Amino acid sequence: MTILHLLIPVTLVMGLTGLGAFFWSLRNRQYEDLEGDAERILYDNDDTPMPPRKDELR
Amino acid sequence: MRTDQLAPSAYEQDVVLTAPTIRCGSCVAKIERSLADMPGVARVRANLTLRRINLTLAQTDDALQNVLDELENIGHPGRLIDSADLSAEAKDDTEVALLKAVAVSGFGAMNVMLLSVAVWSGASDATRDSFHLISGIIALPIVIYAARFFFISAWGALRRAHMNMDVPIALAISLALALSVFETLRGGEEVFFDAAVTLTFFLLIGRYLDYRMRGKARSAMTGLQRLAVREAWEVTPEGALCVVAADAIYPGMVLRIPAGERTPVDLRITSGASDLDRSLVTGESAPVAVAVGDEVEAGALNLTGPMDAVALRPVEESFLAMSMRMLAGAEESRSTYVRIADRAAQLYAPLIHLIGFATFVGWLLATGDWQRAAFVAISVLIVTCPCALALAVPVAHVVASSRLMAEGVLIKDGSALERLATATRAVWDKTGTLTDGSPVLAESLDASPDNDAAATLAAHSAHPVARCIAAAHRAPALPVEELREHPGFGVEGRIDGRLARLGRPSWVAEIAGEMAEGDGPAFAFAGAQMQRFPLRETLRDGAAEAVTTLRDAGLPSEILSGDAAPAVARVAAQLEIEETRAGLTPQDKVARLQELSAQDERPLMVGDGLNDTAALATAHVSMSPASATEAGRAAADFVFLREGLDAVPLALTVARRTAATVRQNFGLAIAYNCIAVPLAIAGHVTPLIAAIAMSGSSIAVVANSLRLNRRRVAPATPRLREAAA
Repeated sequence: MTILHLLIPVTLVMGLTGLGAFFWSLRNRQYEDLEGDAERILYDNDDTPMPPRKDELR
Repeated sequence: MRTDQLAPSAYEQDVVLTAPTIRCGSCVAKIERSLADMPGVARVRANLTLRRINLTLAQTDDALQNVLDELENIGHPGRLIDSADLSAEAKDDTEVALLKAVAVSGFGAMNVMLLSVAVWSGASDATRDSFHLISGIIALPIVIYAARFFFISAWGALRRAHMNMDVPIALAISLALALSVFETLRGGEEVFFDAAVTLTFFLLIGRYLDYRMRGKARSAMTGLQRLAVREAWEVTPEGALCVVAADAIYPGMVLRIPAGERTPVDLRITSGASDLDRSLVTGESAPVAVAVGDEVEAGALNLTGPMDAVALRPVEESFLAMSMRMLAGAEESRSTYVRIADRAAQLYAPLIHLIGFATFVGWLLATGDWQRAAFVAISVLIVTCPCALALAVPVAHVVASSRLMAEGVLIKDGSALERLATATRAVWDKTGTLTDGSPVLAESLDASPDNDAAATLAAHSAHPVARCIAAAHRAPALPVEELREHPGFGVEGRIDGRLARLGRPSWVAEIAGEMAEGDGPAFAFAGAQMQRFPLRETLRDGAAEAVTTLRDAGLPSEILSGDAAPAVARVAAQLEIEETRAGLTPQDKVARLQELSAQDERPLMVGDGLNDTAALATAHVSMSPASATEAGRAAADFVFLREGLDAVPLALTVARRTAATVRQNFGLAIAYNCIAVPLAIAGHVTPLIAAIAMSGSSIAVVANSLRLNRRRVAPATPRLREAAA
């Protein structure tokens, strides 16, 4: 059963990584224009990502 | 990349524009391409979902004006969104907080469930105990973080001695946690950490969807054209014109109101004459001529000529602001409405708490083991946690509202759907709601010299009545000399050397040889017979069908109008509406609605004007077209963006079907409890059974709600019979 000492932390770390990635994408406003992002790939002009959410602004 | 080229300057300003014409990815690409290279623009990003453009400007001077001009050029006119609206949107960050909580509790549910499955499939002794311990370490902080919404809401309700659905939820979650911690420390066999976390996860999804629905409706509203005047032209004592903010207007200030603008405050005219469209203020359909000395309410639209006027009251005491204040009072009366979920909670919560207590007492008497008794009683409270009940309403409402939004009807909040489903009477405003506000000629014009001349004069005026005469009679334009428009009176010109006038009858009569009876504007050549053009209002698309469909659905119609009786009677006759009241003030409308509620009627008010604002807020439920005043839209529960009135029966159909679905969902939740509660009381509920039963009932409720999306209602001919059954 010693393998559990490895596997349980691994699951938790993987889960936390996913959670962290989600929080990061939320902060970077990746969900504010889902329709637009799906279309953007079709056009080849350079576009800059949105600046991250600034609390003093919003 | 652009951001690298531009060194960050000391000045940077973020602005948000709304551009309703953004419809596809190529619009986005076009806007970004053309704006990105403009001087003074640091960053630009168009948002297709919200139809907005986020800009960062790097220069103080006219960069913004250039951007607006450029947008106009490429066919996507944009408008600056008021910063007050944006901050109101951003201030409510509950939506993001809820989404974070959903993610956190999802993470927790996944991991705790993983450990629980191991325990259920046979982990024992030290392994089981350590799994319980790890589950507890994960679950405890996560539930405290994610379920805080329920604890706060439940505490708020209890403190005011109220009962809502969050009270049993908060109780079940916290008891499940406490019991599990106790059992873990004791080395017990059964813990409910997984139940606490998955419950939180499911319930938060419902809560998040509910908030998102409201947020979407609100950002769609921000995009609508605004009517409130935010700035005005001041005439300084030296005679120069300068722009002042509407808030800065003080009584006695002289203002210039150009044609085509609305009056910012209550005014008295000091020079000039014009016609005013007061339809949004009083409901009158015909433009009103005003001259020096007349007093005008805020919100009237100046149609023909510029005028100077002295401000009588500051903005906050003007007619517009007064009706907003009336609105605040009226909304209090509606806050007494208790949502169906909370009504259910008032019955349900005491019942299950009683059952839980009875179970405890019963087991204590039967076995004398208080620990066992407490364990069974708490497991009763956990399985009766109204997860399905709490999802029953929001999921159905979210599905229905996204359905309606796709059809161009915005809903403010879920309770509006509940109230609409129970409406018993339709009350209509006339001008701007049943009619589309623009007049047409009652009879078509034949080609006579008089008609040709009248149409020629009419073509030279911007007055709506003149425009409808010009549109109705497409005669070859005659040469006109000495053409002059007299604001407030009409148009004058010399045709074939004869003086001719088109406009107010009394003014035309000054040159006409013979008077003519009738109504509508008049036309005459000097010394000749006068001719009248009777006018009629055009009904909005689908008005007749909407009234008929509503009548078939059990909602008789009635008109409450601020307009004169003959105009109201004409529209009522066309629509076969028997109950009409004309010449009403805003207070009269409110009084009539209160009278209806006193007779146990639940009126649905449909209106658009400032004079309807208080009535919209007083009515059981209300709708207004997107063309309504800002105040009207703010007061209404539903705002429809489509032109036709078929939106009203459509919304009613969806609301009634939603109500039916909510009832079915309650039925499912009760059926679940009928099975789960006896099992729990008998002490047979293990964490595994609780997990299966609770998620099973939640999934059943969500699946049932999704059916609302599946069956189609043909938008043109809604079949209300099945919904009404």
